Amino acid sequence: MTVDQLRSWITPPMLVSFAIFGTLPFWIREVGLYPYLGVEVLIFCIYALGYNVLLGYGGLPSFGHGAYFGIGAYAFGIAQLNVVSNLWLCLLAGILAAMLFGAVVALFISHRRGIYFALMTIAFGQMAFFIASKWTSVTKGEDGLLNIARLPVDFGFVSYPIQRNGDFYWFVFACFVVTVIVLWRVVHSPFGKVVQAIKQNEARTAFLGYNVVLYKGLVFALSCAVAGFAGALFAMAQGGAFVQVMNLQWSGVVVLMVLIGGGFVSFWGPVLGVVLYFIARDLLGAYTETWQLWFGLLFMLVVMYKPEGLAGIWQGIVHRKQRPRTSATVHLLAMLKAR
Amino acid sequence: MALFEAQGLHMRFGDRVVLEDITLDFPEGQLSGIMGPNGAGKTTCFNVLTGRYRPTRGRVVFDGQDITGLPPRTIARKGVSRSFQLMNLFNDFTAEENVLVALPEMRERGFDVIGNAMGDRILRLRAEEVLERVGLGGKGGELAKNLSYGDRRALEIGVALAARPRVLFLDEPTSGLGTDAIVRLAQLIARLKGELTIVAIEHDMEFLFGLADSIAVIHWGQVIRRGTPAELRTNPWVQNSNLGRLK
Repeated sequence: MTVDQLRSWITPPMLVSFAIFGTLPFWIREVGLYPYLGVEVLIFCIYALGYNVLLGYGGLPSFGHGAYFGIGAYAFGIAQLNVVSNLWLCLLAGILAAMLFGAVVALFISHRRGIYFALMTIAFGQMAFFIASKWTSVTKGEDGLLNIARLPVDFGFVSYPIQRNGDFYWFVFACFVVTVIVLWRVVHSPFGKVVQAIKQNEARTAFLGYNVVLYKGLVFALSCAVAGFAGALFAMAQGGAFVQVMNLQWSGVVVLMVLIGGGFVSFWGPVLGVVLYFIARDLLGAYTETWQLWFGLLFMLVVMYKPEGLAGIWQGIVHRKQRPRTSATVHLLAMLKAR
Repeated sequence: MALFEAQGLHMRFGDRVVLEDITLDFPEGQLSGIMGPNGAGKTTCFNVLTGRYRPTRGRVVFDGQDITGLPPRTIARKGVSRSFQLMNLFNDFTAEENVLVALPEMRERGFDVIGNAMGDRILRLRAEEVLERVGLGGKGGELAKNLSYGDRRALEIGVALAARPRVLFLDEPTSGLGTDAIVRLAQLIARLKGELTIVAIEHDMEFLFGLADSIAVIHWGQVIRRGTPAELRTNPWVQNSNLGRLK
């Protein structure tokens, strides 16, 4: 593998994020937080990164994505409690269940765009939420599907227990690393390029010979699969699968995270948004129960004044620093130096 | 022999008849022009020919195959490419990326989720060749939205050409261009003539009469005159039309 090929898989920002999250257990207590927060942040980073492939890169707004997160959690729990007690197979069940449900929904919505696409995602999300609420024999309804275990990471020849939060964090971190690398490749692949082309100009892409409906369906199913993966991890983290994560409000949270973070302008936007959300929840939440009000206001300010989000602000700073000095600036500096 | 034909096309939107019994043929290797006043039905005709609309009646035949009502992507894959009256670029892509996405090789690799879209040197060279061909050499790294109007028009044609079509439909290619840009565009189209079959809708009569092998005049959704530029030049209707004065 050449250096160029390696750099197309692993990038400097990736290494920075891996370094930050890879050292998190060693410093998180020092800043007054707790290790389990790291687990939540990483799981939601996986969820938001997958969602951003759909929204940021595909321009397809889904407001019912909590459904796929919840389906992943339930499928993981049901597989573990009723079929097989193997981590890999249960994770696969979570991913496949969310992806299959996403693929079925995609059949109905992929030929739509804009507000119609968004409304259909809400409708299907709400359907999934109500089915999960009422199908108590399978989901246990409002009580949730309890006793979901953190199964050991079994490689056949060696097995690691991950019951403790500290051990579980490393497993989730490994999942985050894999997800980041895979999604980075996907968005920079020919498939990713076509998806971005569709976002910019659907009609033109069709006139170039691409099956736009199929691509939209595939990227939707892919995003659902990642949501299912995150949901399965969340079921392990919480020791249960609960219907609340499938409701409209929770579906909105991931949109909020991605937009505040700047998913439209950067692959890393969702990660920034997730970190900000959880910091706000824990730090603002320690002072006031109405932290969501303040977070909502922050969201409004971002949408009004900096729709590119945190990543956009960061890019603006970097761009300003890199901008070449004008001749007037150079002249002024020379004058000041001469004095 | 005609490579592309429209046979008795009718198109209506509700009660409104937009195209009525349009029969046209576009011989291989020639540049055929379509002219007519605003609202005559020229762009609708293009949209029917390239698959955006399914005609109410009639047939569209390409290379002996009936392609009536096929979706745009299928028609594009058969070798029919088009540019748009209102520019239809991928604005957040660079000029090079716009062309890359249009290459048939990229289309074949469209479901590759692991490869590097910008990593194939051969494809990038092909994209650079296309950009050179339309006069955008050295501008591959610029975002499409930052290009000048004339360059965007050239890129629009470049994107259509990148698909390596057998038939190229150009919808008002000179729209909004200044004199110099029109001259450059005329030179580009003159170079393309003979290499592929071109069909152009155009308002600029000097431009069209200088390049086309044959021209059809559409008015009220019907073909009212057809002929070579020389034949139409002496036609009283064309002389007195409000399409612009011929020198």
